[in-house]
This record gives sequence, C-alpha cells and structure tokens, in this order.
Amino acid sequence: MESTSDRFLLNASEALRDTPRAQRRDVMAAFTPLIRNAAVEGFAAFEATRQHVKRVRQHSLDNLAFYLGQFEHEAVQNGMRVHFARDAGEMNSTVLDICQQHGARRVAKGKSMVTEETGLNDFLQDAGLTVRETDLGEYIIQEAGETPSHIVGPALHKSADEIRDLFLQKHDLGERELAATGDMVDEARQVLRRQFLDAEVGIIGSNALIAENGYSMLVTNEGNGDLCANLPPVLVICTTIDRVLPRAEDAAAMLRLLVRSATGQAQTCYTSYYSGPRRAQDPDGPLETHIVLLDNGRSDILEGDYREMLECIRCGACLNHCPIYSSVGGHAYGWVYPGPMGSVLTPLLTSLEASAALPNACTACGRCAEVCPADIPLPDLLRDLRAQESEQRIDAARWRLGLRMHAWLARQPRLYRALTSLAMTLLHRLGHRRGAFRRLPLASGWTGQRDFPVPQGKTFMQRYRQRQREH
Amino acid sequence: MTETQHAHHGTRGKPSVALFVTCLADLLRPSVGEASLRLLRHARTAVSVPPQQTCCGQPAYNSGDYDAVRPLAKQVIAMLEYADYVVLPSGSCAGMICEHYPRLLEGEWRDRALQLAAKTYELTTFLVEVAGLEIQAQAPGSGPTVAYHDSCAGLRELDIREQPRKLLRELCGADIRELQQRDVCCGFGGTFCAKMPEISAKMADDKLNDVLATGAPILTGGDLGCLLSLAGRARRLDMDIEVRHVAELLVGDTDGPAIGEGD
Repeated sequence: MESTSDRFLLNASEALRDTPRAQRRDVMAAFTPLIRNAAVEGFAAFEATRQHVKRVRQHSLDNLAFYLGQFEHEAVQNGMRVHFARDAGEMNSTVLDICQQHGARRVAKGKSMVTEETGLNDFLQDAGLTVRETDLGEYIIQEAGETPSHIVGPALHKSADEIRDLFLQKHDLGERELAATGDMVDEARQVLRRQFLDAEVGIIGSNALIAENGYSMLVTNEGNGDLCANLPPVLVICTTIDRVLPRAEDAAAMLRLLVRSATGQAQTCYTSYYSGPRRAQDPDGPLETHIVLLDNGRSDILEGDYREMLECIRCGACLNHCPIYSSVGGHAYGWVYPGPMGSVLTPLLTSLEASAALPNACTACGRCAEVCPADIPLPDLLRDLRAQESEQRIDAARWRLGLRMHAWLARQPRLYRALTSLAMTLLHRLGHRRGAFRRLPLASGWTGQRDFPVPQGKTFMQRYRQRQREH
Repeated sequence: MTETQHAHHGTRGKPSVALFVTCLADLLRPSVGEASLRLLRHARTAVSVPPQQTCCGQPAYNSGDYDAVRPLAKQVIAMLEYADYVVLPSGSCAGMICEHYPRLLEGEWRDRALQLAAKTYELTTFLVEVAGLEIQAQAPGSGPTVAYHDSCAGLRELDIREQPRKLLRELCGADIRELQQRDVCCGFGGTFCAKMPEISAKMADDKLNDVLATGAPILTGGDLGCLLSLAGRARRLDMDIEVRHVAELLVGDTDGPAIGEGD
C-alpha cells in the first residue's frame, strides 16, 4: 500500500476540519473504552491471562524457527501447502501463481491487514482477476475506493448515510429506501452471497497458527471467513510468521484477551480452525489449501530492539484508547496500521525517515500500554523511535538542538539561574497586566493555538534565596 | 537501617525532605513552590531546597535525546540523594525520577537511581501516604468547587488518583466535580503541544469543554505543564475557567491571579 505517512500533519489537519467525521470519532472514543472495560471487568482472570499469554508469546518468538518448522511439518501432514514469502512481492506473486494454476478469475476475500500491507488486491486486479472483499467493513471501503481506517473496523469512519448512498449508487437493485441499518446489511449479504458461490479462490487471514497441530485460527463476527474458506475450491491463508503459537490452548488463551480487547465481546460469533483441505470422508471444504507466511521485515524486528512489537495481537484497543487516533482518525497515519501500534510498526516495516512524524504523535499518556492485552510498552517503543530519529538526525534540527541546549544549560545551575531569572523578569514586565501572551518570539508552536501564561515575576529560587538571606 | 528509621534522623527528629520545585514552577509559577514548602512544613518535615536544582530533563528525554539527559540525570541524583525523601509538586517530574532515570542509566548509577526512586514522591502522595498530614477536616462543600484534572504520568506511572482529592476535600472542604473523561490526556504532552499544535488544541478543547460541563469555576490538577497548556487554551478561547495548581488551593492561595490571568 502507498504510504502518505510523511504527510501526517497535513492529513491530521484535514481530518480535524472534517467536522462530521471528527464528531463520529469522538462518539467512538467515548464508547469503545466502555465496552472494552466492561468485558475486561467481567473476566476476573484477565490480568493473569495477559501475563501468561505474554510469556507464551515471548517463548514463541524466542523459538520462532522451531515453532514455524513444527507448524509447517504438521500443516503439510494435514495436506496444506506451506509457502514462505520474504517480502510483499513474494506473497503477492505466490498468491497470483496459485490463482493462475487453477485458472481462477474470481477471488472472495476475508479481512486481512497483511494483504493490505502487501497491496494484494491491486496486484491481483492488475493481473486481470476480480477480487471481492466480503467482510462488511472491507466491502464498504472497497466499494468506496478507500482504505481501512481501523484494523478491526475498517469502515468505522463512514456514516450510515454515506453507506446508504454508496449502496444505492453501486448496487443495481431498483427502487428501495434502505432506511434501517439492517436493510443495508441485508443488501450487502444478498450481493455478497453470489460472490462467495462464484469465487474459485478464497483468501483469508489468520489470528494464530498452532504449531502442535498445524491449524490456523480465525475469528470473525460475520461468518464470511468460513464462507471464503469453504465454498471456493481453493483456499489461501495469508498471514505472517509472528502469528505462530505452540499449542491450541495458547491460541484459546490469546483469544480470551483478543476479543474482549477488540470488540468488548467475550467471544466473537465465529471462531474457526482451518485444518487443511477436504478429506475423502468430508462432505465439503476446499479441495486445496495453501498458507502463505510473510516475513516482510519481521525477522529483522525480531533481532532488534523492538521485538516486543511482534507480540501484538491486532485487537485495536490501543487505537480505541489513543486520544490522538481518535482526534485525527486512522487515515491520517497514512499507511496500513494506524494509532500507537501503527506508529511503531509503520517506521519498522516501511522507513523511519518517511514516517518520522508518527513516533511523535504521542503525548506519552500511557493509556495504550495500560489496555494493551499483549502488555507492549508502546510509549517506550515510540520514545525509542524518537531516540533513533535523533541519532539519525532525521528529526527537526531546531528541536534537537534547542532541547540539547536546554539539557546542557540545566547542568549549569548558575548560568541557568542567571538567564532564566532575567527572562522571567522581562516576560513578567511585558505581560503581567494581561496575564498571557498571544504571541511570543520562538514559541509559535505554543502560541499558534494557545496563549502563553505570563510568569509571576521573580523565580521561586530567587525568592527562596532572598528569604534565606533575610533570615 | 530501614528507610523509616533513617527518616527520623533528620533535623530535630523530623524526616528531611528535599523539595524539587520543578522548572515550570520555579520559572513560571513560583507560588506553587511556595505552597509546596508550606505544606511540607505543615506536615512536620525538615524541608530544604537544593540550590543547584534546575530541570529533571523530561523535554530532551521525551524527544529521545537520551545522551543529553544522562549527565543531567546523574547530577539530579547526586543533588537529591542526601535527603530522607524527595518531593516534587508534579506527577510527571516525579515519574521521570521514579520510572525513567533507572531506565536511562546503567550499573552503579542505575542502583543510585533506584534508591532515589524509592524515596521520591509527588507532593500529594507524600502528604497523604508518607507524612500522614494531620488534618482538621473541613465541612464538605465549605470550600471551593473544583474540577480535577488527572495528569497522565501521575495517574498511570504513580497511581495518583485519590490523594489530591482527599486533601482537597479534607483540607479545604472542596466540592470536587468529576470530569466525564477523567483518564483521557489533555493534549499537553510536553513538546508534543508545540510539535503537533492542532491535535493538541483539539484535545485541550475536549478537556476544557468537559470542565465547563461540570459547572465548576476552578480547574485544578497536580501538573503545571497540563495546567499552563489548558489555561493558555482557555484564554485563547475566552473561556471563563480559573486554573490553579492543587498545592495553591491546599494552602488557600487563591487571591493572586490564576494561571494565565492578569493582575
């Protein structure tokens, strides 16, 4: 997917001016934490499970090659074909090869952020295939020609009115009102049913790969994943190497965190385990099952300082709790993964230079880390990325030099005191009547949006010393 | 010797407290330092103000310039470790010492950072949990009506939630009106507010509207950074909100101009 992360501030500015969408984001920001909290409070073992799953994830990543090997072995035993893809291009061409081997023209797809990362849809469509997204949210944004704004709810940015207009325009179904939300859902279901039946290849993602039995686990609320997996003759599962877990019970434990954190449910409507192609005695299921495991820089992340990021289970809780995400929305971040997790992943998976603003889109408020079911210290990782920007000199020089100067000055107490006392006295004289400056040289970052409160006059240290001398 | 025993070896049997007023209070709002000093004396501690103090280094640290902050952190540690306790009228600066200095340093300095962290407190936490401030409880509602802003670092790094509320209620009989979104950031975030001013202003507006909706005429909190930023935004928008640091309210210092207000 094309990145506009280098234009984060401009994207954000536009998003802030889009009042109807900004208001809907505010509603979501007030609502989503409530349902998540209720679900977590209703599950007494949440914290214990969180710590347990964290250890399991760490162990899996520490022994990633072993568990990937085990998964591959078991999956092949089950009749799956396992492909490894080093980068986006390899994943895309592997999938295209599979489609072409079967003379496929139509693909039905379940929700997959990984294929957003590789731009699979465009790649297949450029090769002449028809690709139909079947997750309702993905379907809506595909029809609208947009990209996901949220990793769990890709169309959360769209209003019911926008979706109604979109359906009336795109679906040639004659006179109808689509007054209720349910009517729109019914219409999408009706349109999509045909697509499932016509598709020659189904593509889905994966929430976990289970090494001990070679199964791939997927959670959905719409059941579209199962239809993509079971109706077309060929199934392709597209996911990444970091999804692997040792045992089925580990996937189940992770699930208890994932769903509560993502949608506030105890369970999604569908939890499916894909074990391989149809066996002789099975009445249905795909004839052929492929799984494509993407690396795309994850091996490098595993070896580096940000490996905890690979423990992310893609629940979206950090997005829902981030005041910056809810202020500007997912599109402002400019690539596949938005919010705090995206602000860590985007620099790691694309380039820090081209996404340098993202690690700065953080007030270090810590709300994301507080709710993260994988217990990832997101604000620390973001600050470390800022440190890397500073080392590589890709942050703004005036900030770097200014703050470095400040830190140096803070180590020279006498000089610091002399300069600051002078400056505060001056500012006080200039502004004490009004109490705040509307404009101040070298402080336009502050005074562009807010007044600068005028200092009270003598500094605390001046006053304290003066009193001490008097005693 | 345990820390508690050690604490009683300060001047005249009182535990010694080093007050780090923080750079923002020192330079922009010395009345917060004065109020902290009074509160600590009232709590029967032997307070001293280390004359070498400047800033804890958060601005450069949060911008990722770790190298620039390490020598400053060491200097701060060396300056403060003499005391039985270190107290700061700010959750984020106390958090910097407690959480981030140990992360920043290694070896012997890390040990010293951890030792300092163990005896460093944000002001209201110190007064409630360590000093056991003797309070002649005021009648509820006999004091000012205030909205309290929980600053993020204090809230999440140091679990500061009830301490300032308890003091406000009992020490000055305050009527505390809670915000709808108590645990959402106000958009200050140190340099964030100047690096991403539009987003920061949106977040400040949400917070200020939340304050207005409570009907409380006064907004208070424990971190000057947030308060300066919110007061500045309120002034820009001509919102009628009086912003004061919690320490000022606790000593009844409400006669002077509020933050961002003229004489």
